[in-house]
Amino acid sequence: MKAMVQNIGELSHRVGHDVKFMEVCGTHTMVAFRSGLRQLLPDSVRLVSGPGCPVCVTDPSYLDAAIELCGRPNVIIATFGDLVRVPGTDTSLERERAAGANVRIVYSPSDALLLARECPSKNVVFLGVGFETTAPTIAWAIWRAARDGVQNFSVLCAHKTMPRAMDTLLHDKELRIDGFLCPGHVSVITGANIYRFICERYRIPCVVSGFEAWDVLKSIEMLLRQLAEGRAEVENEYSRSVNEFGNAAAQRLMDEIFEPCDAVWRGIGIIPGSGLAIREKYARFDAAKALSVQFREAHVNPLCRCGSVLRGAASPLDCRLFGRTCSPTHPIGPCMVSSEGVCAAYYKYEGVAA
Amino acid sequence: MRRDRILLAHGGGGSLTRELIETLFLPRLENPLLKSLDDSAVLVMNGQGHAFTTDSYVVKPYIFPGGDIGKLAVCGTINDLAVMGARPLWLSLSFILEEGLLLADLQRIVESIGTTAGEAGVQIVTGDTKVVERGKCEGLYINTAGLGDIVAPNWLGAANVKPGDAVIINGPIGEHGVAVMSQREGIAFQTSVVSDCAPLWPLVKAILDTGAEIRAMRDPTRGGVSAAVCDIARASNVGIRLHEDALPIGREVRGACDLLGLDPLTIPNEGKVLVFCRAIDVAKVLAAMRGNPIGKHARVIGEVSERPPGIVTLRTTIGGERIIDMPTGEDLPRIC
Amino acid sequence: MGLHNSTATISVDGAMRDVDVSLVEEPRLGDYVLVHAGFAIHKWDQSEVEELQAIRTAMDLREAIT
Repeated sequence: MKAMVQNIGELSHRVGHDVKFMEVCGTHTMVAFRSGLRQLLPDSVRLVSGPGCPVCVTDPSYLDAAIELCGRPNVIIATFGDLVRVPGTDTSLERERAAGANVRIVYSPSDALLLARECPSKNVVFLGVGFETTAPTIAWAIWRAARDGVQNFSVLCAHKTMPRAMDTLLHDKELRIDGFLCPGHVSVITGANIYRFICERYRIPCVVSGFEAWDVLKSIEMLLRQLAEGRAEVENEYSRSVNEFGNAAAQRLMDEIFEPCDAVWRGIGIIPGSGLAIREKYARFDAAKALSVQFREAHVNPLCRCGSVLRGAASPLDCRLFGRTCSPTHPIGPCMVSSEGVCAAYYKYEGVAA
Repeated sequence: MRRDRILLAHGGGGSLTRELIETLFLPRLENPLLKSLDDSAVLVMNGQGHAFTTDSYVVKPYIFPGGDIGKLAVCGTINDLAVMGARPLWLSLSFILEEGLLLADLQRIVESIGTTAGEAGVQIVTGDTKVVERGKCEGLYINTAGLGDIVAPNWLGAANVKPGDAVIINGPIGEHGVAVMSQREGIAFQTSVVSDCAPLWPLVKAILDTGAEIRAMRDPTRGGVSAAVCDIARASNVGIRLHEDALPIGREVRGACDLLGLDPLTIPNEGKVLVFCRAIDVAKVLAAMRGNPIGKHARVIGEVSERPPGIVTLRTTIGGERIIDMPTGEDLPRIC
Repeated sequence: MGLHNSTATISVDGAMRDVDVSLVEEPRLGDYVLVHAGFAIHKWDQSEVEELQAIRTAMDLREAIT
């Protein structure tokens, strides 16, 4: 470990200027904060968090739609735990549950499908939020529901994919990213080759990183070495789990159930081709269609800077609400609520006054 | 967004519980004895100090590896007395039973209460039984209140800890919470972790008998070690630093936490005690603890300093530093 | 640990859980897998497992308590 930190220092010196690396994976955000590894990095190397938390980049209108659904008498909302506390315009799923709405936390979409089988008189709607690591599991649930003729299961789909988002971030002149730490588990599914366009088009190094603190430090070392040697390639630090091509079975399943669509990323706006929509063939499992869901424009607190924080353009400390009106017990925006949110990490691990 | 209802997290023993106490209860009930918000109230009657405490038990399921709600109802309350330096003597026992509860289950639980109290040298001296309609409580809820004689020569309290003190724990953390979670319906997850539920008085007595000046003791139940240490840091206005590589966490508990996405520091324990003592007393306190069956793995896990006041930090295994914050309380409902 | 149709029982340091293995090829008893949201998404071969264990050991300075 010490040797690695030393190497990082030396390589940074060779590079000769300050660098900013961005990670785009909620788990990387968490590992970086929990292990305190930023303190081991020299001042010339900055690790910035990007839009890696799928809950955080979900548009608030989606939350409002889910909340409206949970108020319908025959609907059970099944969701990953993180979404439950995120505030929509007026309320949250957690508050609605306290007032009597049927909201269940599940660990897996297969649990949601099981719930649908056990409660045939109710419509079970699974909140499909997540990137390429999670999307195949929802695809599986829809595929099984189709195969077994389950009538009362559907997904309110807000799945997103990484590559187009990373492309958009690189267009942002303000951000000036020098290298990407690429998401580990997303890459298990997609394969490392999807990042090659970044190196070819923008001449920026990319390293796919694993999830131990050791992995993240090693990946930073690899990025610095590329910069020092004038290279811009995709390297794979997480080679124990990631290969070039990814998980073929998962990709086939995703392709069968989903097709790319435009998606709204909180704080960034519409990114063409960055979302996943359920194909027409499986429309009966698309909750938006099957249950006639209306998406309305949501009201967001104008002082909330989650959007800028998610792009890596601002730190939580730049937000006037941070640590004052907005805290983990009284969150205003998703970055504070989500277990992988940057504001929550800052608040819990680096303190309000840091 | 104003809050107008109780949420599950209000029962988690973390920041929401504290907020409820400070904004709703204290302003209406305040008096000097309540204000310290220690594990028990200290009452002086006829010149003798007594500790008095109460707890309710809503653990689901009510039978779990290593114990049941009965054993928990005895240990949880007598341990709150023990950590104030009081020998537990008497308990009250109130039941709220669900119509339809199996008498065999109730019998097993009462036997458990009897056995645990007997072994702890505590008498159940008064009680009550109520029954509510089917569906209005899951099986049963128990409340116990306890009274004990203060034996410790000096005041033990959350506000008593000073810079330079050491933080000691008697053994591995997270066992009770994981054991209960493994039985929760819908999580479908197995482990051989057993609750550490046990009376702490014999261990506490051994510590007090060393003659060391103990500043405070705390049993890290709801909210885990995080909540307990945050409470102390705040009440004493000191900085506390824990060392990640000194924290005793069993391999199986770690595996369970990985699987469930939980932080071992926030998981409730029912047979653990955090001891805050002067640095010069560490050797004799550890020796006394290690001589007791539930103190065999006792070790120092941190130290107290002047700064940053009121904040708890963790030195991580890779040498970084991060803050340990008060857990919000929604991860683990109905664990105690 | 156990295999039945498309569900397998996995163990993490002794804690056991059922996960779906539809997304990995030919899972066998004794295989190590990477799990996400109740599904196995990658199967590790022996050298990959050794690499992970080496990293864990290098970072883990704690005493083992069993």
